[in-house]
Amino acid sequence: MSKISRRRLITTGLVATAGTSGLAVAAKLAERYGLIPPDSGGRYGAGETLTYAAQRLLTRHSMAREFARNQISKVAFANEVAPLGEGFQRLQGGGFADWRLAVDGMVARPRSFSLAELKSFPCHTQITMIQCEEGWSYIAEWTGVPLSHILDLVGALPQVRYVVYRSIQPDWWESIDMADALHPQTLVTHGMNGGELPVAFGGPLRLRVPRQLGYKNVKYITRLTTTDSLKRFGKGLGSASPEGGYAWYAGI
Amino acid sequence: MPDGAPISSGVALPVHNGRAMDTISADSAADRASPAPVALDRPRHSAAVRVTHWLITIAFLALLVTGVEILLSHPRFYWGETGNVNTAPLFTLPLPSSRDMVPTGYGYVLPDQNGWSRYLHFQSAWLAVMTGLVYVVFGFFKGHFRRNLLPDPSDLSPRALSTDIGRHLRFRRPSDEEAWSYNVLQRLTYLLVIFVLFPLVIWTGLAMSPAVASAIPAAVSVLGGQQSARTIHFFVSGFLVLFLLVHILMVCLSGFRNRVRAMITGRPSTCMERA
Repeated sequence: MSKISRRRLITTGLVATAGTSGLAVAAKLAERYGLIPPDSGGRYGAGETLTYAAQRLLTRHSMAREFARNQISKVAFANEVAPLGEGFQRLQGGGFADWRLAVDGMVARPRSFSLAELKSFPCHTQITMIQCEEGWSYIAEWTGVPLSHILDLVGALPQVRYVVYRSIQPDWWESIDMADALHPQTLVTHGMNGGELPVAFGGPLRLRVPRQLGYKNVKYITRLTTTDSLKRFGKGLGSASPEGGYAWYAGI
Repeated sequence: MPDGAPISSGVALPVHNGRAMDTISADSAADRASPAPVALDRPRHSAAVRVTHWLITIAFLALLVTGVEILLSHPRFYWGETGNVNTAPLFTLPLPSSRDMVPTGYGYVLPDQNGWSRYLHFQSAWLAVMTGLVYVVFGFFKGHFRRNLLPDPSDLSPRALSTDIGRHLRFRRPSDEEAWSYNVLQRLTYLLVIFVLFPLVIWTGLAMSPAVASAIPAAVSVLGGQQSARTIHFFVSGFLVLFLLVHILMVCLSGFRNRVRAMITGRPSTCMERA
């Protein structure tokens, strides 16, 4: 009896030591390889970190599924948005000719782009699904400029780790890591199903991040900011979503 | 197997029978004197089974509550890749929704609970998956599946099965000896839950993730699409809830205190129940 319990004690001790040091090493590695999400504090931080780290390792280079033309949803669903303000309506009245996308932060050449300029850049078209965290979804053809192309034009600095993007709608802002920002399917989208991107679906400009859920695909974007840390933005949780109780990373 | 013989006598039961009898006297003796007799060195449920059982219980209850909350934001189900309020649903649950864009027939909208529900759902899923992995590794290496869950071939004959089903349908309370083993219906049900329902609910849950779908597209296409995955996830969860209800009912019928005690301390207190 005593023999068993001594052996047990030693085994348990070894397992506990190995476990603790394993966790410490894992935490160091995770921090170094950018596997800790900005909302990793708090009571759901453990689960959130596991989800983000696991999905990042799994999807660093994966491509969102693309569909055939006949799979495009006949009637897409434009989710409701808060009433668009006077500023938006004025721009809409002018056919969005004066819509600007400003790019700043850790870039060599901060500047802003007009809608016409963005449309003149080499564009990319893809048929992908957009899924809402509520459970509904639709498939559409999206046309836009890869975000990586814009980051190249402004000379994003090598230490950039996140891209923050804002809507013209107040308090609507998100951010993504470089795995998503430089991903070839991440588009500054201006077209949908062969036409202009309708206002209900985020027109004139929407950031499409097809490997994440709908709420990361912010409508009416006006500003991109590159940064090496999200601590200075809002409450430092990465985006408006965690401030409203939703996860920063929305890959699931 | 002759008629009237205890159907559920598993492979290990004869040994356990003896131990069960020892325990009756030993247990009460152990309450007074400290040296633990031989009969107590192997509990009814091993520590690994007990700990993982209660961890899974916590995780499952959290998954259930948050799953219902998430479901309420869109209580409509579809088949195939996509679905939304503009497409015909496969079926709609007669529930109010937490989103005013969903037509439900109810004149009110529930408060949005998706933020914390989604956080907790995935955190609990991690707990369930990790606990499940520990349990499965333990089960294979320590012979738990072979010894306690794999049914004896003789118990799988139609006659033996129908006898056992009849005993369950008549709500016949199992004998005290049976508290030391699982009957064949229990074994089959547990195997189904562990090796079919749990893997399926995890798979269909992951298949709803756009990131996982990008990495492993086949995990989605095999199921018929992401909305199909969501619908299957709902039904498998339903079967797991059904299992939970029947499991609790059976625990109540066979002696709630005794069975729960066995799952906490490792030992049913046969003597105390009798006294």
